[in-house]
Amino acid sequence: MSATDTQDPNRRDFLYVATGMAAVVGAGAFAWPFIDQMRPDASTLALASVEVDVASLTPGMSLIVKWRGKPVVVRNRTEQEMKDGEAVKLADLKDPIARNANLPADAPATDANRTTPGKEAWMVMVQVCTHLGCIPLGQEGDFGGWFCPCHGSQYDTAGRIRKGPAPENMAVPGFKFISDTKILIG
Amino acid sequence: MSEGHSTYTPKTGLGRWFDARMPLPRLVYDSFVAYPVPRNLNYAWTFGGILSIMLVAQILTGIVLAMHYTADTNLAFGSVEKIMRDVNSGWLLRYMHSNGASFFFVAVYIHIFRGLYYGSYKAPRELLWILGCIIYLLMMATGFMGYVLPWGQMSFWGATVITGFFSAIPLVGDWIQQLLLGGFAVDNPTLNRFFALHYLLPFMIAGVVVLHIWALHVVGQSNPTGIEVKSKTDTVAFTPYATIKDAFGMIVFLFFFAYFVFYLPNYLGHPDNYIVANPLKTPAHIVPEWYFLPFYAILRAITFNVGPINSKLGGVLCMFGAIVMLFLVPWLDTSKVRSAVYRPWYKLFFWLFVADAILLGWLGSQPAEGSYVFMAQMATLFYFAFFLIALPVLGLIETPRRLPNSITEAVLEKNKGGSGHPAGATAAPETKG
Repeated sequence: MSATDTQDPNRRDFLYVATGMAAVVGAGAFAWPFIDQMRPDASTLALASVEVDVASLTPGMSLIVKWRGKPVVVRNRTEQEMKDGEAVKLADLKDPIARNANLPADAPATDANRTTPGKEAWMVMVQVCTHLGCIPLGQEGDFGGWFCPCHGSQYDTAGRIRKGPAPENMAVPGFKFISDTKILIG
Repeated sequence: MSEGHSTYTPKTGLGRWFDARMPLPRLVYDSFVAYPVPRNLNYAWTFGGILSIMLVAQILTGIVLAMHYTADTNLAFGSVEKIMRDVNSGWLLRYMHSNGASFFFVAVYIHIFRGLYYGSYKAPRELLWILGCIIYLLMMATGFMGYVLPWGQMSFWGATVITGFFSAIPLVGDWIQQLLLGGFAVDNPTLNRFFALHYLLPFMIAGVVVLHIWALHVVGQSNPTGIEVKSKTDTVAFTPYATIKDAFGMIVFLFFFAYFVFYLPNYLGHPDNYIVANPLKTPAHIVPEWYFLPFYAILRAITFNVGPINSKLGGVLCMFGAIVMLFLVPWLDTSKVRSAVYRPWYKLFFWLFVADAILLGWLGSQPAEGSYVFMAQMATLFYFAFFLIALPVLGLIETPRRLPNSITEAVLEKNKGGSGHPAGATAAPETKG
């Protein structure tokens, strides 16, 4: 033993490193529950999906439902609104991605890709401004779509960002028509 | 300056007994009685003391308000109305607390501008300055979370917008935002944790204030000339000179505070916060508390993408960058001369900066449209140019005025100027003629 006392690395170095590592792992394990408790809890996560009856919506009418604490707008768009949405060139868009949870992540933001096939008149969209989370006002602003009163972001009739500080098109949540007049969101 | 020997001599037997065991009276005596302060401090130097009593007042009123408040989204708004109508003296305590927050910020802004004008941040006071910046950050966090508690429309939407800043962070932004909110939107978990933190942070502020004062007592106060204390004649004892001056400053300040509490209690608030929070309807025009308005204007000024940084992240970076500038001031300012009194160009830019900050505040209260956006962009540009261009460059090209040799000389010169009036008086008839 005495002959190997000064050899590097020796048994004491190993003990230092092992103890230090155990302390770091322990500190991390101790800290984690304090961070973890801040995340959305089980009751918040449980509010996964809602069913909406849209039979009463004639063209030009919208309704808003609350989904995961956020407002989701369901709008039966007018002919003019659909025409306006289709007329926009992709190159004119600030955010060229559809942001539609029902489509691949890189789908282009055409008017059709913002809706669902066969139901192009219907906009289903999380009506939360992608800037800082305000609720935009419907059918206002320069593009006849949505206008956010907080910081002046303007969206077109397909909920795509056209002007102002917001970076993305408003999100289209996962949804499907479960009958002609019923939508399942989430 | 605390390096000097303590002159405390306990007079009673009990005093000696205590001093030998725990010399707390000695610490108080050395820090607040015998402590030497520069003899030329003006009223701008009374705001440290004013801030201390505002912190104590906020903690006292806050603790009693917490005894009547309920942090639950269904009950919070009602419990605040109950404080206003049913709780004995509740209206007074709440108005003192809400206006107290505003006046806390009034005092801290004067305190910060004082530091900028007289170069109080320069060596060896960098750490003192940074501790002050940390207090300011903690104050902002506390003020923001306190504004959420009444659960009115501005509470809710202010919280939504400010926590939305964090979603701008690439990759982990949404995760962090959900961590702060405890959900996908501002809701009951958010209110609960904000209340817990709003109660905690003032005590953390008090802790940093102790460090701030400690650092101050190591390096000593700066003064309007910016010249270090050189001899005993440059200073006076803290008590009675600074104590009385601080007390007079506090009384005048509290006079204005009381005027707001009793005659304009809601002037600095927003009427929309007397509407209960509605997660499905954004008010037509969201504005934060007045003391955040300049930063809010900077946030909204960035409406364009810069390379890979989109407008949202850019706005958030500029807003936080505006506060980071304050932390960097000791190293951005290259001038050897502290006080703006002897720096003609810096003095001009300082006042332009004050005007710019006020302009940004006003723009923050206006809607983000039309010419307001362009004005906010220009004012933001000037804000950063002051720190990143004016401060470093002026120190290199400016010719400062002649500095007096000592504080005493500066004071005597000033007094001579005062007694020089007879000369002016004899000259007056000539100009009249």
